[in-house]
Amino acid sequence: MSSVAHENHHDEHHHEEHFISKYIFSQDHKMIGKQFLMTAVFMGLVAMMLSIFFRIQLAWPGEESTFLNIFLGDEWAPNGIMKEDMYLGLVTLHGTIMVFFLLTGGLSGTFSNILIPLQLGARDMASGFLNMLSYWFFFLSSLLMFASLFVHEGAVFGLQLGDPTTSLPGVWDGSGPAMAGWTIYPPLSALPQSVSGSGLGMTLWLFSMTIFIASSLIGSLNYIVTVFNLRTKGMIMTRMPLTIWAFFVTAILGVLSFPVLLSAALLLMMDRMAGTSFYLSDIIVGSEMLANHGGSPILYQHLFWFLGHPEVYIVLLPALGLSSEIIATNSRKPIFGYKAMIGSILAIGFLSFIVWGHHMFITGMNPFLGSVFVFTTLLIAIPSAVKVFNYLATLWKGSLVLTPAMMFAIGLVSTFITGGVTGIILADSALDIALHDTYFVVAHFHIVMGMSAVFGMFGGVYHWFPKMFGKMMNTRLGYVHFWITIIGAYGVFFPMHFVGLAGAPRRYYNYSVYEEFDKGALDMMMDLNVIITFFAIFAALGQALFLFNFFYSIFRGPKAPQNPWRSTTLEWTTPVEHIHGNWPGELPTVHRWPYDYSKPGADEDFIPQTVPLAEGEEEH
Amino acid sequence: MEKIIILIVLITGVIAIAQLVRVYELTYKLKNRGEHEIPNRDNNLNAKLMLGFMMFQFLGFIYLMLKYGWTGRGEPASLQGVETDWLLNVNFIIIILVFFITNFLLFFFAYKYVRKPGVKATYYSHNNKLEIIWTIVPAVVLGVIIILGLKSWTELTAQSSDKAEKIELFAYQFAWIARYSGEDNTLGKFDYKLTTGNNELALMTESTIDTSLNEMKLSIENLESKLKQVNFDYLVSAYRGLSSNSSFKSGIDKAAQEILVSDFNLAEAEAEFKHLYGDHIGNHGHLEIALEAPNQETQTIIGDLEQQLSIKERLYRGLVQMKQNHNPDVDKYALNDILQKDTLYLCKGRDYEFSFRSKDVIHSAYFPHFRAQMNVVPGMPTRFKFTPSLTTNEMRKSKNDEKFNFVLMCNKICGGAHYKMKMIVVVYPEAEYNTWMASKKTATFKDQYSPAVEAVESTIDSNI
Repeated sequence: MSSVAHENHHDEHHHEEHFISKYIFSQDHKMIGKQFLMTAVFMGLVAMMLSIFFRIQLAWPGEESTFLNIFLGDEWAPNGIMKEDMYLGLVTLHGTIMVFFLLTGGLSGTFSNILIPLQLGARDMASGFLNMLSYWFFFLSSLLMFASLFVHEGAVFGLQLGDPTTSLPGVWDGSGPAMAGWTIYPPLSALPQSVSGSGLGMTLWLFSMTIFIASSLIGSLNYIVTVFNLRTKGMIMTRMPLTIWAFFVTAILGVLSFPVLLSAALLLMMDRMAGTSFYLSDIIVGSEMLANHGGSPILYQHLFWFLGHPEVYIVLLPALGLSSEIIATNSRKPIFGYKAMIGSILAIGFLSFIVWGHHMFITGMNPFLGSVFVFTTLLIAIPSAVKVFNYLATLWKGSLVLTPAMMFAIGLVSTFITGGVTGIILADSALDIALHDTYFVVAHFHIVMGMSAVFGMFGGVYHWFPKMFGKMMNTRLGYVHFWITIIGAYGVFFPMHFVGLAGAPRRYYNYSVYEEFDKGALDMMMDLNVIITFFAIFAALGQALFLFNFFYSIFRGPKAPQNPWRSTTLEWTTPVEHIHGNWPGELPTVHRWPYDYSKPGADEDFIPQTVPLAEGEEEH
Repeated sequence: MEKIIILIVLITGVIAIAQLVRVYELTYKLKNRGEHEIPNRDNNLNAKLMLGFMMFQFLGFIYLMLKYGWTGRGEPASLQGVETDWLLNVNFIIIILVFFITNFLLFFFAYKYVRKPGVKATYYSHNNKLEIIWTIVPAVVLGVIIILGLKSWTELTAQSSDKAEKIELFAYQFAWIARYSGEDNTLGKFDYKLTTGNNELALMTESTIDTSLNEMKLSIENLESKLKQVNFDYLVSAYRGLSSNSSFKSGIDKAAQEILVSDFNLAEAEAEFKHLYGDHIGNHGHLEIALEAPNQETQTIIGDLEQQLSIKERLYRGLVQMKQNHNPDVDKYALNDILQKDTLYLCKGRDYEFSFRSKDVIHSAYFPHFRAQMNVVPGMPTRFKFTPSLTTNEMRKSKNDEKFNFVLMCNKICGGAHYKMKMIVVVYPEAEYNTWMASKKTATFKDQYSPAVEAVESTIDSNI
């Protein structure tokens, strides 16, 4: 966080506010948004490093690697060979951090905070205090999750947490982070005896996520209230930019689904610490017979995925919203089918609540229930397809300015298509039987959800950087960063489809079992795994360019003009220097929709929302 | 290997830094130009690169397809697999078309409509007819996909035929055990509480219930005596601590030794110590003795023992009920079941009805070659069916790999050795299968199970 404290050091004298209230416990939405961004970027880098570790293990299993030994130490990589348990710990924390801390906290937290008041013409969020609380809960949960990576025999950095001598077997004990996969299915996550990470590591995971959920709920409520109540004069709902529509629906999804994850986590904590049997029944672990009876591990899965699936859209919708805005601005054209775009955001939001069962086709749930989920899941492809076609139609006959943000937005549309179409296969329960939990699934969701959201996030940072920091980023570095990232992304995840189709299960420490029964398949997997790992290292190194550009531009970047992208929306009518309350005088009044680009009859190729309609001009 | 990685890291790092410096200089030079104005040269170069990337994407895909075969997954080895692979191919054709067309349009538009001097973008905000078309077309295509998919799904998950052979697959960290239903084609009942050293699969017969009852009883007695011992030791040390007089201490020790050899109870022992203490201080009236509380360690041990005891007692009550309700007539179904480890033998062309059971955590029974998979959930029975359509030898020939085998793998994260949890599957032609089955006639549960009474050594016993 020290970087946040430093970022605006040079213009500190402009403000009379105290250092702590301005940079640390700030209640200003712009600062809170930047705090979210910094924390999320840090967590994202951690999760990316974890993925590099396990990619090295997958490409060169059993080979001694000084690199692994340096980072994982003698406990988890003696002689540079990763331990089995740590492999599971790495994939678990990689998934958890990426999904929740980078893509939920980083995307929604950053951009909802910065853009909702600015694009609606509000002085700040409805509640500045709750907004601050939301960030600090997020920070605390990030800290706990990060700390869980360093659990060693019931202690973190030598600090004993909890009391290992209580009669709770193991929940304060054990080494390593949570190891049950990011979905932490019980009984594996409920029984500390079953894997070393289900002790203190899992306890920290659960505490961290509980706090994270509180943060997300407080934030989302604030966003919803702000959108409903604080729109400026003339900003009717159908004049809101698509970014706001996306953030708004995202916040509603969060408020409705995160509490269910909270209850799932609380019940799991009870099973771990209070001897209840919500998820446990008829279990003998190791040689210990448990008396738990009548619970169901499947109950947990229903609760988890009731959040888990909307979560995909909590991650994806903000990215789509950001890219809608970026694509329209840089095509110098109105977004095609504004109302259809809103309709599809709403349809996706609604449908996302009734599709969770497609993660559970082969859990043994009633096949008829499976059929219903097949139907609802495939329905969601329709609004998604509409969005893609509308993006294409927006590009058509535009006058494209390929800023780095625009490139990332185009990249997003590509990954959204490529990852989306494989979703059609996985939504088909009959086909999911053989592909479930294979690398095909890994490829699918990394492209459609991971990459699309990351591209949306990068696009957002490049596009709104001038608004956040009053400086411009270097575009050429941005281009190099974009090309490395998209080539890396496809290079990593595209071959995974083939690994998966060949039958390789995910979360396998290595594929040595194939040696015994199918040497041909093993050769293919190993070939591809090496290629994938090279691309992963390549893409990870490329992110150094982004980091350099980001921090360098904060301090040394050229000063930003007020409206660098010649955009129509309200945030570009505020002064470059951040002031509390956003607009120095009265709040702006809105007269038109946000997409009047290249409107016939106008002098400029954009008309800001604050410009009244000319006589005889139709709104759109 | 790590040297190569380090080398790559270094080289790329150097390149990156060089690049950074160069760009830094460029920025410096161009400071007087607005950084936000993208020069046409950059714009056009990136537009061309967009097309280049499209080629990379398309050619990469085609290369992978040519190298690893259409979908890279080999021949399906079950009747159901043949059907789902057909369905998969239909779906693949559709999505690959969509992939190529839409990605082409995207990158082509990005190339074609890049900003050109003097050309203004077309103001075109919506077209209802177009939008209706691209809502309805995907809807119709998806309709077809849904109907085909659900048709297969219904067949795949339907009840097996009556003649399907029943096999149970039992999963635990980190291996599989198969249980064939024997001549009666009926699997015997089970209950996890019946798990003992020589009844790994917890099958339920009158005799296994008795064994378990005995074992559980012994184990409870064992715990009780441990608990008594701990409490007794505590009492001894607490009373010893009441006085620093050495003859009093030795008196307590002596009494303790005498008590230990007899079948004592704690209250009697305490009365005895109290009496000795009364002697010591010369007061036999109403004595209020404030004993030191047990230390943390003792408290933990007592707590653990009590918790274990309550678990065992609960399990014991369950066993008592089980014995009351057990109908010995069904024992025969369990007695002729055949247990099989390491390798699962199947017969080509025979329908199989699998039921799945887990001992500990969730596993997933994944048969990649048969395109079959089902989760194995503790406390909840699951089922699946398939019909092998190729023998191991046929598959070896078609794969041209003498060592090839079908396999059953675990495909749900279940602990450290998850990746090693597998069982080889051998598919025989009818005759060979029958020969194998005949050889197993004398390896039924009845033949293997001996109600041993050396119960204290049982694997279930607590390891306090």
